[in-house]
Amino acid sequence: MDTCPSIKNILLLDSEGKRVAVKYYSNDWPTNSAKEAFEKAVFTKTQKTNARTEAEIAMLEGNVIVYKFVQDLHFFVTGGEDENELILATVLQGFFDAVGLLLRGNVDKKEALENLDLILLCLDEIVDGGYATCYSFILLINFDC
Amino acid sequence: MAQPLVKKDDDRDDEAEYSPFLGIEKGAVLQEARVFNDPQLDPRRCSQVITKLLYLLNQGETFTKIEATEVFFAVTKLFQSRDIGLRRMVYLMIKELSPSADEVIIVTSSLMKDMTSKTDMYRANAIRVLCRITDGTLLTQIERYLKQAIVDKNPVVASAALVSGIHLLETTPEIVKRWSNEVQEAVQSRAALVQFHALALLHQIRQNDRLAVSKLVTSLTRGTVRSPLAQCLLIRYTTQVIREAATTQTGDRPFYDFLESCLRHKAEMVIFEAARAITELNGVTNRELTPAITVLQLFLSSSKPVLRFAAVRTLNKVAMTHPMAVTNCNIDMESLISDQNRSIATLAITTLLKTGNESSVDRLMKQITNFMSDIADEFKIVVVEAIRSLCLKFPLKYRSLMNFLSNILREEGGFEYKKAIVDSIVILIRDIPDAKENGLLHLCEFIEDCEFTYLSTQILHFLGTEGPKTSDPSKYIRYIYNRVHLENATVRAAAVSTLAKFGAMVDALKPRVFVLLRRCLYDGDDEVRDRATLYLNTVGSDGEVIETDKVVKDFLFGSLDIPLANIETSLKNYEPAEQPFDINSVPKEVKTQPLAEKKAPGKKPAGLGAPPSGPPSTVDAYEKLLSSIPEFSDFGKLFKSSAPVELTEAETEYAVNVVKHIFDRHVVFQYNCTNTIPEQLLENVTVIVDASEAEEFAEVASKPLRSLPYDSPGQIFGAFEKPEGVPAVGKFSNMLRFIVKEVDPTTGDVEDDGVEDEYQLEDLEVVAADYVMKVGVSNFRNAWESIGPDFERVDEYGLGPRESLAEAVSAVISLLGMQPCEGTEVVANNSRSHTCLLSGVFIGNVKVLVRLQFGIDGPKEVAMKLAVRSEDDNVSDMIHEIVASG
Repeated sequence: MDTCPSIKNILLLDSEGKRVAVKYYSNDWPTNSAKEAFEKAVFTKTQKTNARTEAEIAMLEGNVIVYKFVQDLHFFVTGGEDENELILATVLQGFFDAVGLLLRGNVDKKEALENLDLILLCLDEIVDGGYATCYSFILLINFDC
Repeated sequence: MAQPLVKKDDDRDDEAEYSPFLGIEKGAVLQEARVFNDPQLDPRRCSQVITKLLYLLNQGETFTKIEATEVFFAVTKLFQSRDIGLRRMVYLMIKELSPSADEVIIVTSSLMKDMTSKTDMYRANAIRVLCRITDGTLLTQIERYLKQAIVDKNPVVASAALVSGIHLLETTPEIVKRWSNEVQEAVQSRAALVQFHALALLHQIRQNDRLAVSKLVTSLTRGTVRSPLAQCLLIRYTTQVIREAATTQTGDRPFYDFLESCLRHKAEMVIFEAARAITELNGVTNRELTPAITVLQLFLSSSKPVLRFAAVRTLNKVAMTHPMAVTNCNIDMESLISDQNRSIATLAITTLLKTGNESSVDRLMKQITNFMSDIADEFKIVVVEAIRSLCLKFPLKYRSLMNFLSNILREEGGFEYKKAIVDSIVILIRDIPDAKENGLLHLCEFIEDCEFTYLSTQILHFLGTEGPKTSDPSKYIRYIYNRVHLENATVRAAAVSTLAKFGAMVDALKPRVFVLLRRCLYDGDDEVRDRATLYLNTVGSDGEVIETDKVVKDFLFGSLDIPLANIETSLKNYEPAEQPFDINSVPKEVKTQPLAEKKAPGKKPAGLGAPPSGPPSTVDAYEKLLSSIPEFSDFGKLFKSSAPVELTEAETEYAVNVVKHIFDRHVVFQYNCTNTIPEQLLENVTVIVDASEAEEFAEVASKPLRSLPYDSPGQIFGAFEKPEGVPAVGKFSNMLRFIVKEVDPTTGDVEDDGVEDEYQLEDLEVVAADYVMKVGVSNFRNAWESIGPDFERVDEYGLGPRESLAEAVSAVISLLGMQPCEGTEVVANNSRSHTCLLSGVFIGNVKVLVRLQFGIDGPKEVAMKLAVRSEDDNVSDMIHEIVASG
């Protein structure tokens, strides 16, 4: 097991599985089509589940994925098979809360696209290179907003 | 960080499908990027354009080299603006563009200025960008600032520097290692985040220094770590230290108390990390497990799916090695069968199947039946596999479990799922004799309505092998003959073969089978007609009730004794010629599996399907090489070639390894030599072999090497005669003798005069295992019974204290040099006994099967019972001798 917790990607998709904003930190999906195929698989697998009150969890292609939905937005965080599920869930919650604050509670696709700059900055600061997780998601909440 | 960007107005029309990026187009956005060059910058407009560029990149659009360069240069102009929001977007854009080394210079000075700025946000971000795009030379210039940043009083700046350090450690470790003191100071920081990143970096700097890691863990486990994430890291480092210490110390496990205390931490993340760490300890005892299992049990009834999943997944793993420890959780586990999250439900079911006892099987099966209809195929396969292992554990319960399998076999499902069920039934039939007739009938019913040609043919083949041995073989004929009417050509052909097998094996059925086979002569397909004709003419006796000739049986239905992969390569290499293809020329040696196999240790062997194919054999290559040397051409057929054995240490002047080629009356040593000194050329290279400790061998030929230039390997051969068919053993000492000539490496000129020199090589041994060839059998039990007990030899051995059972098993396997069968070389974790099945061919083409039963007692004393069956009692004795002397 890798001793440093690591996040493989963070995905923000819409209710049809299309990208709103995504960030990949690992090289498991080297091409854009590989990334899109993964996003499609994740979306299809989780689509029918109810992840609106509590974060849900699933395994796919040897990865652990935690996810949460709100309005027409689907939030995903992917980690390796051996990753501590609760750390992944903390990252997801951090991202989720940060987006909620940045969009001032109006969390839906339209608001997210209109404030895409904020979302992208948030993705950049939550995880740095996948290596050191949670680079500043705590900061985003404590510091930024 | 600092302040957020000014949020945009919300006064646009509320269109349902409105998107600010509707109809966005790369060319147009690149045009828009010209605003970056305006003398009067509009920060808001620039921000919008950068967002658009980032949006394009995020959607998978790519910029050409020229486009990227243009955008990069334009973006660098934006450093003039003092707008904080815009500056953040500029940092992000530069990272996304990942400029080349010559472009980086343009922004270096701007970024270095920001690094020393008074604004925290500038400092933090400039560090991250600079470290991402920089190279080693620049790093030395900014090192001073980075060290300062690590101990900066602003936690964001400190974290940025630490995380950058983690990234830089991969490319320029020597520089980052100089920051140890600052990083150590940061570990003591009051800010949780800084502490976490500092600990991660400190560990990575020291990870190759066991003692330092151990010291780090010792000091931190006593102190207080504030950040839960840092605490999780500490737990991981601690388990690492425990793992490494366990081999040297005995008695109480160090740091266990620390792990146990983490179970009472206030963060769930830490509790879980500690619980999982405890369950994964090497050779964990029940007493150590109990507290961890207790907290995991609490998680099982949590309202959060993630917690339930984490707990049930961990308990599932524990159940594989310590089923008894998990039984306390069974009630909580049962309520999870109806969990909304199907992953959790499946894990709960399979855990229950592992921990269940004989009396609870029936109740459990009832619950699972309801559950099966609403889960996906991938989960069903997991359940089927769990049921299979449960059935093997409680053979008496085969009836209800077999019924369950046959019921789900009739329901809808994809190929992989059906295959898993069929494989399971086949394995149960093979391992539980009572289940055979019942199971075969289930399979017969399945092929009546099976849409998968592959499964139909596999089942027909299996019926042909097992059906004739049942009490009433005739009842299967109807099912088989129906296939001849109703299926596609592939299945029809398989059915014809199966019918013929019944005819050949069961004499009473022969007349009836012949009637059926004759009808197949009018089939529309060539293959079906050909098979029917072949069987009618060979099984023979015109369909009378007469025993079929054994030779015919062996020819038609006997196993080939040759790995399919080998025959495949041989057939591919065969070029049509006058000479017919000779099956005896196919090497019988099973090649060792590629390492990829290791990924799935302990996996049950598949019931059906071809044996795993090995990589292309090198035996062919050796055989070709040896037959091209006239001195060895009359040695006959090559029996076996060993793996190369190193005769020199790594990184010496001359690297030599040897391959032992075994023939019936000869042994050939092939010395592969490499000269690793560029300034030398070796000539007249020979190996002087001293065979005084190998009395039965006599040197007959040798083939020296005329010259051995730098870095181009060459071969030297030595041949020895030995008594025919006897596994003679002995020790050979070797000396490399040659003439050295100096070479000028720059010009390649060789001096004329050389000096004679010698180089001592390590000794080489021919051992009994060299005379045993790895040849697998597809069904060990059948093979074992067909050899019979005539030349069986059984004895018991004490192997003395061993590190583990697995180590003892692999030692005996490599001593005998035989092929492990049916995955029995894998020893389950923590088991106290193990049975291992081996097969091989001894020199002289004698088939040998070995059954090893191992047992281990308290102080790691391993005892072994060795049963050998072969076609020759000398060979059986020989195997015992190998073990007795080894």
